[in-house]
Amino acid sequence: MAEKKEKTPRQAMPEQDPQVRRNNFDEVPLGYSPETAQLEASRCLQCKKPSCVSGCPVEIDIPGFIGLIKEGDYSGSIAKLKEMTALPAVCGRVCPQEVQCETLCVLGKKGEPVAIGRLERFAADMAREKGDQTLPAAAPKTGKKVAVVGSGPAGVTVAGDLILKGHDVTIFEAFHKAGGVLVYGIPEFRLPKAIVQDEMDGLAKLGVVFELNQVVGRTVSVDELLEEYDAVFISVGAGLPSFLGIPGENLIGIYSANEYLTRSNLMKAYLFPEYDTPIVRGKNVCVLGAGNVAMDSARTALRLGADRVRIVYRRSREEMPARAEEIHHGEEEGVEFYLLTNPVTFIGDENGRVKSMECLKMELGEPDDSGRRRPIPIEGSNFELETDLVVIAVGAGANPLITSTTPGLEVNKWGYILAEEETGKTRKPRVWAGGDIVTGQATVILAMGAGRIAANSMHQYLTWGW
Amino acid sequence: MFKILEREEMAQGTVIKNVIEAPKVAARAKPGQFVIIKANETGERIPLTMADTDPKKGTITIIYQVVGKSTALFKSLQVGEGYQDLLGPLGQPTHIEKHDGLVICVGGGTGTAVVHPITKGFKEEGNEVVAIIGSRNKDLLILEDEMTAASTEIKVCTDDGSYGHHGFVTDVLKTYLEGDRKVSLVVAAGPVPMMKFVSKMTEEFGVKTLVSLNSIMIDGTGMCGGCRVSVGGKTRFTCVEGPEFDGHQVDFDELTQRLSAYQQMEKEAMEKFDHDCKIGLNK
Ligand SMILES: Cc1cc2nc3c(=O)[nH]c(=O)nc-3n(C[C@H](O)[C@H](O)[C@H](O)COP(=O)(O)OP(=O)(O)OC[C@H]3O[C@@H](n4cnc5c(N)ncnc54)[C@H](O)[C@@H]3O)c2cc1C
Ligand code: SF4
Ligand code: FES
Repeated sequence: MAEKKEKTPRQAMPEQDPQVRRNNFDEVPLGYSPETAQLEASRCLQCKKPSCVSGCPVEIDIPGFIGLIKEGDYSGSIAKLKEMTALPAVCGRVCPQEVQCETLCVLGKKGEPVAIGRLERFAADMAREKGDQTLPAAAPKTGKKVAVVGSGPAGVTVAGDLILKGHDVTIFEAFHKAGGVLVYGIPEFRLPKAIVQDEMDGLAKLGVVFELNQVVGRTVSVDELLEEYDAVFISVGAGLPSFLGIPGENLIGIYSANEYLTRSNLMKAYLFPEYDTPIVRGKNVCVLGAGNVAMDSARTALRLGADRVRIVYRRSREEMPARAEEIHHGEEEGVEFYLLTNPVTFIGDENGRVKSMECLKMELGEPDDSGRRRPIPIEGSNFELETDLVVIAVGAGANPLITSTTPGLEVNKWGYILAEEETGKTRKPRVWAGGDIVTGQATVILAMGAGRIAANSMHQYLTWGW
Repeated sequence: MFKILEREEMAQGTVIKNVIEAPKVAARAKPGQFVIIKANETGERIPLTMADTDPKKGTITIIYQVVGKSTALFKSLQVGEGYQDLLGPLGQPTHIEKHDGLVICVGGGTGTAVVHPITKGFKEEGNEVVAIIGSRNKDLLILEDEMTAASTEIKVCTDDGSYGHHGFVTDVLKTYLEGDRKVSLVVAAGPVPMMKFVSKMTEEFGVKTLVSLNSIMIDGTGMCGGCRVSVGGKTRFTCVEGPEFDGHQVDFDELTQRLSAYQQMEKEAMEKFDHDCKIGLNK
């Protein structure tokens, strides 16, 4: 019986052809058809003690929603998902399932795990296509008011959870659009912005109020919010760009990944001049760093018309922190990898535009604190690499804007807010925090998990006073 | 939407003044701070230092020169229409205190709008404040009356001599620096070359100088680094650490270059805007 089931292979998801998609911003994977989805869903063994669930930071009932897909009950399936996640269409697309639920799936021991992420995406997309906007039922109003600072995955999760528990929720967001990294960072071809907007609209329908264009710490302080609200949740993300601190970094054509991606995604510079925000379109692009943000930048550069895009990374391929899928997608589209190379100086032309980088070759030494082999410069290996656009994607830090203007909010030595892991409570009374501003840049689902934990603690406080 | 309550064309239509309804911003804004505005869904985020605020009426005043597509689009907005997004107040307020010597506020072109609230602030603090404002010619001069009221002494210059002193603001500034009265502080805003020359001159006289920088910005919260400038050899973010910096430390040449980053694209956008206007696509 079990043997027969195993004969259905893991279903592939159709994708746009690499040579076509490298020229457009449309989504790369095209999603399952209902037939494929049911076939894939039928692979799930419906384990009594599903190991996959323990790999999910928000504990989605995975066999539950998959079983309903198999039966063709798509609205039942999305309802099951929505019990645990406010953003199924997002998670189905951007979560690193290969290191979470899917890596724990029992089928993975002998063959390939169930494609949990693809099925989650399928259920969410079906609901969206059908306009199936069944709102979960909310508890009666409690009269308590909560302010959420930042509308990324952590903040949105808190807002969604607490509004359903009957509290009034207002989200304060610095940008003119809600969604956090989902709107300004992750590109359209991985996460269509219409989907994020849909999720935000869903929250608004539940009664969440969005106060856009509000920079907490500048246009209003946390202490002022505490006068008006019973509790405050801070989820402002890791919004500080890292630069290399090497000569020539302020030349034109050198962007932080934050700026490059914000111009392209949030401001839609890829549609210039339909949209007014410009962006430097390099022909010969170097992206520094090899994480997911670097891959997103490189693939964006291709779509903005680059002839050549290189990932320049000081370690080797094995140490690249990006998801395997992202590296694979980038490579298919023609992104090149320039490894064991570290820039030391940027060189500009007479107009102050970058024209090349002086680099050093590196070799790998002993493992460092991160367990990865430490890159060591090879003396005298200097060489020049031509480039007309550089995107620096070597990580992000904690933006001090809110922490430096909020007395009583304690931070660690890197500037991230100190919050209890089990509750999200900060050292400041009535203030909780979660997401990247606590952990440093992590993932959508971990930020959502932190939001869930804080929402539970906040609800307790609002209900019982502790 | 942030509604335009008053609109005035200045300097022969090359400069526009808008009084905008934004009570929360008006209540909070301090001299030296700026807002970021965006006209519509497809618009660009543009930082503008507030030229004035009226907390009682709940309004802020912005004054901008029409230089490209975005400001041309702003110009097309009439009373009753407005900006889709307005964010502020942003940046560090000017550090206003009582000085024992003169405070000289120098404004060139629309930079005059930037120094206006600063001038007013220093005067209200009990300082003797000299305003030196300049423009290319008489017709392009703005805010003369407002600056007269905001200062204790005013000097006007035009490049072509059509009004006031014939010459640059720096000429007049020099007479004060060389004069008998002690000068405690100079604040300058305007075209980058002007701020550069003012700073060069005051450095020779050892007079502290603040310049208000107009970097290109996106978020205004320190998230992107697009607004970075070199000050004393260090990278600083104009939107959160500025917009005012020590003029003797700023790398003005780098700033000039960075401001030219999108020149070619701006031209392209402007041409398209003009074309769309002609064939009536806008509105
Ligand atoms: C380019 C890129 C690609 C990524 N790809 C993936 C991926 O594929 N999968 C994955 O799981 N994770 C990915 N991540 C990481 C993931 O996006 C983040 O870990 C997650 O978004 C963090 O959520 P958050 O709620 O903590 O903060 P954010 O999403 O950063 O949201 C913070 C929000 O707060 C707002 N804000 C900041 N300061 C203030 C203030 N003072 N007042 C008001 N509002 C403020 C910001 O504008 C922003 O909207 C990616 C990140 C980037 C940058
Ligand atoms: S572990 Fe795999 S097979 Fe078992 S319930 Fe989870 S997804 Fe299905
Ligand atoms: S405008 Fe983005 S950091 Fe200043």
